[in-house]
Amino acid sequence: MAERSFKAEVEHLRLGDGDTFTGEGILAITKALLECGVGYVGGYQGAPISHLMDVLADAQDLLGELGVRFEANASEAAAAAMLAASVHYPIRGAVTFKGPVGVNVASDALANLSSSGVNGGALVILGEDYGEGSSIMQERSHAFAMKSQFWLMDPRPNLPSIRRSVEQGFELSEASNTPVMLMVRIRSCHVTGSFETRDNKPPKLSVKDALANPRRDFSRVILPPMSYIHEQDKVNKRWPAAEKFIVENKLNEQFGPQKAPVGIVVQGGMYNNVIRGLQRLGLANSFGDTEVPIYVLNVTYPLIIDEFLAFTQGKDALLVVEEGQPEFIEQNLGSMLNRAGSSTKLHGKDMLPMAGEYSGQIVLDGLTAFLRKAAPDLLPGQVRAPNADSVEIPDLSKTVPIRPPGFCTGCPERPIFAALKLVEQELGQHQIAGDIGCHLFGSLPPFEIGGSTMGYGLGPASNAAFDGGGEKRAISILGDGGFWHNGLSSSIGNMVFNNSDSVAIIVDNFYSAATGGQDVLSSRADNVSKSTGHPISDALKGVGVKWIRQIDHTYDVTKMRDVFREALTTDYDGPKIIVASSECMLNKQRREKPLRAVAVQQGRRVDVPRFGVDSDVCTGDHACIRLSGCPSLSLKRLDDPLRDDPVASIDQTCVGCGNCGEVADAAVLCPSFYRADVVHNPGGLERWWAGVRTSFITSLQARRQRRRLEFPEVSG
Amino acid sequence: MSDKIIKLAVMAVGGQGGGVLTNWIEAMARAANYAVQATSVAGVAQRTGATIYYVEMAPMAERMPVFSLAPAAGDVDILIAAEMMETGRAILRGFVTPDRTTLIASSHRALAVSEKATPGDGIANADEVRAAAEIAAQNLILLDMEQIAVGVGSVISASLFGALAASGSLPFERSAFEDAIRASGKSTGPSLAAFAAGFDAAKAPTGEASVPQAEPIAQEVRGGAKLLAGWNALVGEAQDLPESMREMALSGLRKVVDFQDLKYGRVYLDHVRTILTLDNPAKDHVLTREAAKYIANAMAYDDLIRVADLKSRANRFARVRTEMNVTDDNVMHITEFMHPGAGEIVGLLPARLGKNIENSPRWMDRIGRMFGKSRRMRSDTIPAFAQLYFLGGLRRWRLRTHRHAIETAHLAAWLDTAKSFLPDQYDLAVEVIRSRRLVKGYSDTHARGKSKFDQVLQGIALVSGRDDAADWAHRLREAALQDEKGAALDGALETIRSFS
Repeated sequence: MAERSFKAEVEHLRLGDGDTFTGEGILAITKALLECGVGYVGGYQGAPISHLMDVLADAQDLLGELGVRFEANASEAAAAAMLAASVHYPIRGAVTFKGPVGVNVASDALANLSSSGVNGGALVILGEDYGEGSSIMQERSHAFAMKSQFWLMDPRPNLPSIRRSVEQGFELSEASNTPVMLMVRIRSCHVTGSFETRDNKPPKLSVKDALANPRRDFSRVILPPMSYIHEQDKVNKRWPAAEKFIVENKLNEQFGPQKAPVGIVVQGGMYNNVIRGLQRLGLANSFGDTEVPIYVLNVTYPLIIDEFLAFTQGKDALLVVEEGQPEFIEQNLGSMLNRAGSSTKLHGKDMLPMAGEYSGQIVLDGLTAFLRKAAPDLLPGQVRAPNADSVEIPDLSKTVPIRPPGFCTGCPERPIFAALKLVEQELGQHQIAGDIGCHLFGSLPPFEIGGSTMGYGLGPASNAAFDGGGEKRAISILGDGGFWHNGLSSSIGNMVFNNSDSVAIIVDNFYSAATGGQDVLSSRADNVSKSTGHPISDALKGVGVKWIRQIDHTYDVTKMRDVFREALTTDYDGPKIIVASSECMLNKQRREKPLRAVAVQQGRRVDVPRFGVDSDVCTGDHACIRLSGCPSLSLKRLDDPLRDDPVASIDQTCVGCGNCGEVADAAVLCPSFYRADVVHNPGGLERWWAGVRTSFITSLQARRQRRRLEFPEVSG
Repeated sequence: MSDKIIKLAVMAVGGQGGGVLTNWIEAMARAANYAVQATSVAGVAQRTGATIYYVEMAPMAERMPVFSLAPAAGDVDILIAAEMMETGRAILRGFVTPDRTTLIASSHRALAVSEKATPGDGIANADEVRAAAEIAAQNLILLDMEQIAVGVGSVISASLFGALAASGSLPFERSAFEDAIRASGKSTGPSLAAFAAGFDAAKAPTGEASVPQAEPIAQEVRGGAKLLAGWNALVGEAQDLPESMREMALSGLRKVVDFQDLKYGRVYLDHVRTILTLDNPAKDHVLTREAAKYIANAMAYDDLIRVADLKSRANRFARVRTEMNVTDDNVMHITEFMHPGAGEIVGLLPARLGKNIENSPRWMDRIGRMFGKSRRMRSDTIPAFAQLYFLGGLRRWRLRTHRHAIETAHLAAWLDTAKSFLPDQYDLAVEVIRSRRLVKGYSDTHARGKSKFDQVLQGIALVSGRDDAADWAHRLREAALQDEKGAALDGALETIRSFS
C-alpha cells in the first residue's frame, strides 16, 4: 500500500476528446501515455517520480481495460530491460525512474537497448533529482544520452508542454529507431496545471498479441559484426533521422523578435526561470512576450546545428542557460560556432555558476551580468546604476538551525540505531557502512552512525574490503528495499561467497518506505496484483547464510543491543545477518488510525498508548533525546526560576511506539518516562476493578497529604 | 511591462499540512477564475525536514502566464511560515522583503534535533527572528497559529489559512476561503473553526493578540495547622532577606521543604544566610541570589525516594489524566520505566554501610545484578503503587542515608570553594556557584555531570587570580553544556592549560 493514494485522481485519466484535465505533472504524463496508445509501462520508484509509479499502480483497472501491461520492476535495470519489448515489436513502451542514480543502475540495459535500436517507441520518463530537495549526489543524466546515443528531451515545465513531449518522444523514437529519455525536474513532477485531453487509445499491438506472434531478428543482437553495424547505424541513419524529425516537427521553440543583438539558448526546463528573470528586468511580460530572442531546447540531445546557426544569425552574443556540470551543451554549441567560423560570442558558465541549481535569483544575476556586458542598452536604468538604498535585514544565519529530514514519530528504525549507539558505547566505535533508504537518516544527529553510501543495495558490498575481519568487525546496514533491488546478490551473495566475517543489518520495515511505502517482495500486506509475503530470512537461507537472527519487534532496544553484541563478539567467523523487522509507522498509522477511531465509536474496547515525561523528575540533561531524535519528544521551558535548562516533553503526536521507555531502560537513563494507556470503552469488570485500585491509591495519597505540606506549583 | 502575478510561498516542517494549505489556496484561486500553478517537493523532505510549497496566480486571460516553479529572493508577495525558525529561514533566504512581502507566520516552535540534543539550553533565539521579521516584512502577522488551531481541535494549516484571509493580501472574499475548505471535504468542521480562529486573531489589534502574560506563580500552600505555622515562620525569616534575592529564596525554600521537611528548610535558610554575610551589597547580592537558587537544587537532589514520592502523588496522577485527555468513561494504566543503578540503591543504605559497600566493586556488582534490574511498574495497580508509596515514605530515613552524606559533603566542598575566592574574586565565586548547574541526571548521566563539574572547578583553580578568571569560568560552563562527551569542555581546558 503506497503512502499516497491516487484512486480519486486516476478517474481523471478517463477524460476524452475536448475535456479539460486539471492536476499534477505526473498525472498529466500518465494521461499522455494512455492517449499515445502505450502498450506496456513500468519503472522503479524514487523521488521525484515515485508518485508516477503510485499513479500507475492505482490506475491498473484502467490500464487493464486498455490492454496495457503494468510492471512494478525490481530495479531501474529491470525497468530499462523491459523496453526490449520495443526492439522487435512495434509496441510503444514507457518506463520511469529517477536520474541520475536510476540511470546509473539502468545504464547496462539502456546501452544495449540503444545499440539494438527500437522498432516501437521506447520512452524513459526520468525524474531528474537535482537541486533543492534532492536526496542524491549532484550529477547530470545528460552524459548517458551522449555516450549511448539516445535522445534527451527536457520540455518547458508546464503541463501542455510536458504532455506534448510524451507524444513527440514516442514519434521521435519511432522515426529514429532510438529510445528517448524525457527528463522532468523535481518541481515539474508535481507542478499543477491544465490541458485539453483526447481519448485514450488502446495499443495497436498489445503485448499479448505480440506473444502470440513472436518475432526475432538476428541483426538486433549485440554480437560482432552486428555491434559494429549498430554503431555505424547510429551515426549514419538514426541520428540524421532524429535531426530531421526534430526540425520538421519544431520540437525546439523560438520566442521573441527575429532581429536582436543578443539571444539566449536555454534548456526547456529552465525556460520559466529565464522568462521570470527577463520579467524582473522589464524585458518580458507575464505571458512570456520577450524583447530578447530565446531558443528553447526541448530536445537537449542531439543539438541541431542548422537550427542553432540560423538562430545566431545577426547576433553579437549568446547566453547559454544550462543547469549542472559540466557544460555539455555550451561546449557543443561552441564547437558548432567555431566550425562555422561565426563571430558570435558565446557566454554561459562565465556568467552563471558552473555548479548548483539555477534558482530564480541565480538566473536573474546571470542574465544581468550577460546583458550588462553584451547589450547594456537593454537594461533598465535601475539595474545599470542601482540606488544603494536597501534596508539592512538582520543576519539570521547563526540563529536558524538546519532541519534535515529524519525518522518519523514512532519509526521502527529509531530503536535500531539507539541500540547500535548503545552497543558502540560499550564495544567502541566500529566501521559502519550505510545504504540508500530511510535508515540513512541514522547517519545524522543524534545518532551519527554510518558514514558512507555507495548505492542502492550496496551497503554490505561497500564493506567488502573489511570482510576478512580483525580486532573488530565491520557493520553494514541495508534496507528491505535495497535488499530486493540489488542487495541479495551484490551484497549478501558477495558476503557468503567471500566468507565475510562482517555483520549486516537488514532493516525490514515491510515497504520501500523512503520512496513512499510501495510494496516489495517481503511486504506483509496482501497486494491484489503483486506477490508479497516472501520473508527476507528465507532468501538469506537460500543463498547460504548460516548465522541469521530475526528480530520481530525492533522497539525492544535491550534485545536489539544484545543481538548486536552477540554478532560483534561471537566466535562464528562467517557472515552474520540480522533482520530487524517492524512495520513503517507512517504506513501503520495510516492504516490503523481510522480503524481505531471507528472501533472507539462503535463501543469496542480500545487501548491507546502514549508516552509522557514527569517534568519534575526530568533534570533537563536531554540524554534521552540524544538516543531518539523523535519529533514528538521535544523540550519545554518550565516556569520555575530554579531551573536553567528546558526539560523533555512529549506532545500529542506521540504514537506510543515505546522507544522512549525502552531507551531509558536499556541505557539506564532516568525514570522520567511513563506510558499511559487510555482504555476506551472498558468492560464492566475492568471498570469495577479500576475503581477498587483507584480508591486504594487515593486513600494512601490522602494519608500522606495529611502529614505534609503541599506546594502545588512545585510538583504540579 | 506589467507584472500581475501574485507569488505566494509556504514554508513548513514536513507533516504540518503545508500541502493541504497549498491545495486550498490553489482551489480557491481556480474557483475565482484565476490562472494558478502550485509546486512542491515531495520525497524524503516530507519526513520532518523543512519544505517549501509555491503558488503563483494571475487573473485568467486569453493566454496562460509563464509561471515560475520556485520562489526567488526578493520576489515573493506573500510568505506563509508555519513555524518560528522556518520564518527565520524564509527571511534568511531573502523571501521576505520590505518592499512587497506580507509575512504570515506562526510564532510557535517545533525544535530541530540540534536544539534538543544539547545537554544545556540549545533552543534557538526566537526574539532575533521576531526582530528580523518586523524589519523584513511589509506587513506582518506573527501569532501562535499552532495554539490557535489546536485550541479548536484542528491543525495549523487551517488557522494559517484564516490569517491569510484576514491579511487581505489575496483578492478574494472570506467566503471564497471557506468555500475552498468545504470543497475539499475533509474534516471541514474543525478546519472552519480553526480558520475562523486564525482570521479573528489576525484581525485583532496587535496588542490584544499578543501572547497572554503568564499568571504569577500561586503561592498556595496546603497542610495541617501546625505545619502551616512552621512554614509561615520560615517564610517570615526569608522575608528578612534583601529584596533582590527574596523571591529566589522563597522558591528554593518551597523546593527543599517539599523535598524533605521544615527542618530541612531551616538548614537551607542557614546556608543562604551564611553566604549573605560574605556577600557584597554593592554587587546587588548576586552571589546570594545565585546561591539561593543552586543550594536549593543541590539540597533537593534526585534520589530514588524523591522519584517515588513525586510519582506517587495525587496531583501527579491528576496531571497525567489531564495531559492524556482521560475522561470518566476511560480507564487509564500508567507504566513507569524504572531502572535504578547500583549506586542509587546503595545510596539508600545507612551512610557507613553504604560507603563500605560502594568501596567494594564486588559488592556493587552483586547489588547491581540483584536489585538494579529494569522494572516496568504499573503504578495504577495496588502492588506497584504500594512499593512506590513505601519508597516515597523513606523520606523520614533520608538524612541518614549514604546518598545524603555524599550530597552534604559535596555541597559543603562546593560552597567552601566559592567562599575561598571571597572577597577579592567576587565574580569568580559567583561562577563557582553557577557551575552547580552541570550536576544533573541519573546514573551514568549524573556521574558524567559530576565529572564535568569537577573538571570545571579544576579549570577554575587554574585561572583563579587572573583578571578574566570569571569570564573563563563562564566559558568553561557553557562549553560543558554544549555536547555530551565534553569535547568542547576538553578544548576549553586545553586552552587554559596552555597559558596557565
